[in-house]
Formats: sequence, structure tokens, C-alpha cells
Amino acid sequence: MNPTTTKTWSLRLLPLIASAVLLLTPGCKPKESVTAPGGSAAGVTIQNKGSDTMVNVAQVWAEEYKKTNPHVNIEVSGGGSGVGIAALTKGTIDIANASRNMKAEEIEQAKKNTGKTPKEFVVGHDALAIYVHKDNPITEISNEQLAAIFAENGKITKWSELGITLPGGQDEIIRVSRQSSSGTYEFFREHVLAKHDFKLGSRDMNGSKEVVELVASTAGAIGYSGMGYNEPGRVKMLKVSPKAGAPAVEPSVANTLNKSYPIARSLLIYTLGEPQGEVKNYIGWIMSAPGQQIVEKSGYVPMTAADHAR
Amino acid sequence: MNPPEAARPTAPALVVRAARRTRLARGGEKAFEFLIRLCGISAVVFVLGIFVFVFKEALPILTRDEFSLSQFLFSDQWYPTSELNKRYGVFAMIAGTASVTVLAMAIAVPFGLGAAIFLSEFCGTKTRETLKIVIELLAAIPSVVWGFIGLTVMSKLIVTYTGAPVGVNILNGGLILALMSVPIIVSIGEDALKAVPDSFREAAVAMGATRWQLVWRVLLPAAKNGLLAAVLLGVGRGVGETMAVLMATGHAVHIPGGILDSVRTLTANIAAELGEAPAGSDHYRVLFLTGVLLFTLTFAVNLLADAVVRGIRRK
Repeated sequence: MNPTTTKTWSLRLLPLIASAVLLLTPGCKPKESVTAPGGSAAGVTIQNKGSDTMVNVAQVWAEEYKKTNPHVNIEVSGGGSGVGIAALTKGTIDIANASRNMKAEEIEQAKKNTGKTPKEFVVGHDALAIYVHKDNPITEISNEQLAAIFAENGKITKWSELGITLPGGQDEIIRVSRQSSSGTYEFFREHVLAKHDFKLGSRDMNGSKEVVELVASTAGAIGYSGMGYNEPGRVKMLKVSPKAGAPAVEPSVANTLNKSYPIARSLLIYTLGEPQGEVKNYIGWIMSAPGQQIVEKSGYVPMTAADHAR
Repeated sequence: MNPPEAARPTAPALVVRAARRTRLARGGEKAFEFLIRLCGISAVVFVLGIFVFVFKEALPILTRDEFSLSQFLFSDQWYPTSELNKRYGVFAMIAGTASVTVLAMAIAVPFGLGAAIFLSEFCGTKTRETLKIVIELLAAIPSVVWGFIGLTVMSKLIVTYTGAPVGVNILNGGLILALMSVPIIVSIGEDALKAVPDSFREAAVAMGATRWQLVWRVLLPAAKNGLLAAVLLGVGRGVGETMAVLMATGHAVHIPGGILDSVRTLTANIAAELGEAPAGSDHYRVLFLTGVLLFTLTFAVNLLADAVVRGIRRK
């Protein structure tokens, strides 16, 4: 065997191994270190994962909380509500952020795996905003039109069918959606598409911010994302009417609170069982005035008196 | 650990120590040989282990009544989390992976091999050293950075110059993947050309061959195994790459009709969905089955290439 042949052979194996390793990596999740809450004062770590809608807020919460409680480390990551809830049901994290409610089977799974019932806290509200490119002349849209654009077998595929002419001359509606682990995706499917499936072929983004980014750079795009991701001057939020003919409502703090905006939702966090120790303190702080100010600054709607009474 | 010897060693002690050293050396040699052997065999063990694990996780879905393998392979309906009617068809993603890889290779192979030939045969030592450093740097850029470039920079350029309605598409993914695989093709291709003995070059020049004839008639045929390996590594990267294509292709389940359409690849689909699929659910198992499919694909490509190389060698 000459040297080239040997080399060729080992090289040929490389992509095989590389791809195999690649396949394996997402499969085996390392067990995250869950520090017993209420442990020693020297360094407590709280694992916090889930909703992309909430990841920015959660990040700021963690930073601000650390300023007054330097011994508490809060590790925040996104991935989507589904990812956070899946991790919670396995017991690998302390707090899951979610922009949708936990499903009955997910609660069952959490009970089965960990023996504890998940506890839900409302920590704020969001108007699920419909974004279009800033140059798009459209100003309002109805729930039915949204369903006809986004749902499987929906009839609308062109802007001209909505009576809109884009300045760039493009007509195709570019649907920007989310990956299926997103709580926003599931919320939109449940409340706008009435549980029907999405039309295939939408661009499924991996985060709330990516949706707004793609809409900002694509003339014919329409997408949905949390109102906290609005970038005035680059994208436009549409008014939404619950039914064709009904007055369209602007996504704003006031309209979310008085429930007139048709696709508003709660921002939730879940723990396994009644929170204890540092986790309890942290959630208490989130629901207190400093934590709620962060919710407002991030572009979302803080808790109402009714939420506090829960 | 031996305590440091205090007294001056006597002659018999020296002999004993020498003997001990040889015994130790021999033992050490054996151990080292065993270690090396283990490293060699471990590759086989890992590949088998991974295959068994992936297959084991996927297997239960194959026996489910609701699941049909032909639907999995040939339907483009991918609705793994539907509340009304769950459907698991990955055909659109097979088409997506194939189209992005083919486009990337169509760009990267000529570029990469051309650059390899230039580096090894046409340029001076100084240029070569500089270029090699830069090319190796290019190979070291993380794939998520490539994806980011695709999503922000490349997509704007594509919209401006092609008039495509959206900038994240096959063209974008193909260009990014090509940029990612060129460095691999160049460095391995250059090594393969360098491995051709200089006597070949001397003989060709002595026969009055021009530089082009030398490259085309002598070097390429002589280095074809190594060059094929270079191209294959590039294909491997194309099929296996996840993060960059996830961001650059638009991640749309859609059978493409042209290179300006958005697609989703098999790898990107696994990466995006496995995190939330409850362990043991149908969705989870179908994603593992997609893994088996990918494994089979790469295995087939490698096997085919091996057969091709053997065929060439026999001639």
C-alpha cells in the first residue's frame, strides 16, 4: 500500500464519522446541573429555558437580579416554549418560560418523570403582532384573512388578492413563520388558524427576532412575533380585526389589557411543584415592581391587578 | 513512585536497575502499542455504536400501523405536531438537501480543485504559504457565523441582484456551503497533488509537455484518488452541515422549483425539532429515522466512491 492510498482510506472515513457524530449530538442531551434550590449561600445556579418571545426579558431579569443577589446565577437560554417545557418535564431545569400553556399530556409527563405537578405563574402579557415590511401600504388585516394566508388550503397567496399593490411590484406573499417548538407557533395555530395546520412552504425561523429581521429585509413578507421585537422604521405592525368588517385594533399595551386586541396572550413561567428557596425568591422578584418594570421596558405588558390576585 | 536513592548505587544495583528498565520499556512499548491499536479500532466501534443507537431509537416507529415507510420517503407533507392529522413525509427535505448539496458542489469542486492546482503547481513559495494560511483560516470559521453571513449579508445581495422575493434560499445556502467546503477541498487536493512524485513532473517536462498538459495528462490522473477524497469530504460537509444551512436556506418545507426557492434540509429539520420532541414519541422516532436515512445516504456515497476508486485502480 502506498502512502496515498492509506491516507485516502482514512480520509474517506472522516465524513462518515463526522456526520455520524453530528447525528448523535442532538440526541443525547447532557444532564444539566440542577442545583438544589435553597442550598448554600455560596453560588446557587438557576436553570431557565424556553420561549424565544421571552428570552430577552428573561436575560435582563437575570442580569438585574444578579446585581442585588450576587450569589445567584441564572442561566437563561431560548429554543422555544416547547424546548423549555420538554426540559422541565424531564426535570433538567428549574424554570421554564412559555408563551403558551402547558398541554395536558405534558403535565402528565412531568408528573410521571418527576413526581411533581408543574406550577404556572403569569408574569406578563403580549400582543402577538403581525409584522410586514415598512414600505407595505397595508394597515390592517382580519383574522380570517390571516387564516387564509397561513393555513393549509388557505386561498390567499398574493398581495393583490388583499387589494394591496406593493411599491416594488412584487405580488407573492412571503409567509414567515416559526419552528414547531415555538410557543408562538402553537398559539398562532390555535387562535388564528383554529387548530388547522400551517400551509407548507413558509419560512420557519428559529427565533422571534429572526422573524422581524427577515420581514424587515423582504418586501413581500408577512410574519408574526411578540410585540417586544418591534423595530419601528424597519417593520410595521398591523392592526388586527377579530372578524372581517369589525374595527381593527392596534397592538398596544392598553388594547392588550382591555382584551380588545384579538390575539393577545399571557407570558408564563413554570416550575416543578411549589418553588422553594432561591427559585421562589427569584419568581417573587420577577412579579414585584422591579421585575415588572423590565417587562414594560422590553416592550411587553406587565401583570395586571387580576394576575397578582391569582 | 520510587523514593530518591540516598546512597551511591553499587554495581549489582546498577545491573538490576538496567534490567528493570528494559522490562519496563518492553512493558511500556506493549501498553503503547495496545493504546494505538485501541485508537485505530475505536473508529469502527464508534461508527457501529452510533449506528446501533440511532437505529434502536428509530426502530419502534417502523412497526407502527399508522406509519408507512413509503409515505415517509415520498410524501412532502411534514406535519409532526398537527392537532388534526399528523403526517410524516420527508421528501421535500430530501429534495432540499440534494439541491443545496449539488449546487454547493457545482461551485466548490471547480473552484477548490482549481485553487489546489494553482497552489501546488503554479505559484511561488511565498504566495503559497500566505494563501495556505488564509485558506486554513477560512476553514476555521464556525458554521453559525457562516449562517449569520448568509442570513444578513448574502440574503440582501441576492435580493438586490436576482430580484428574488426572498433572500434565504437554495442559492444562498449553496453559496455558503461552497465557501465552507472550498478550504477543505483545497488543502486536501493540494496535498494529493504534492504527493505525486517529482519524477513524474520531470519526465513530462523532459518529453516537452506544456504546463497545462502536465497538469491535465499527468498530475490529475496520478492524484485522482486523493482528489476524489477531497471532493468527497466536501460532499460530506454539504450533506452533514446543519447550522449554516438552517439559517441560510429559509427552512421552508417545500419542493424547490428553482434555485431561488427556499428549502429545508434533513439535518436542519432534526436540529430544529429534536429539542422539543418528547422522548419516545412518534415525532422523536421519525426524527431518528431521518438520522438513519442521513446515515444511509453518507454511507452510500462513501461506498460508491470506494467502488469508483477501486474501479479506477484496476484499470
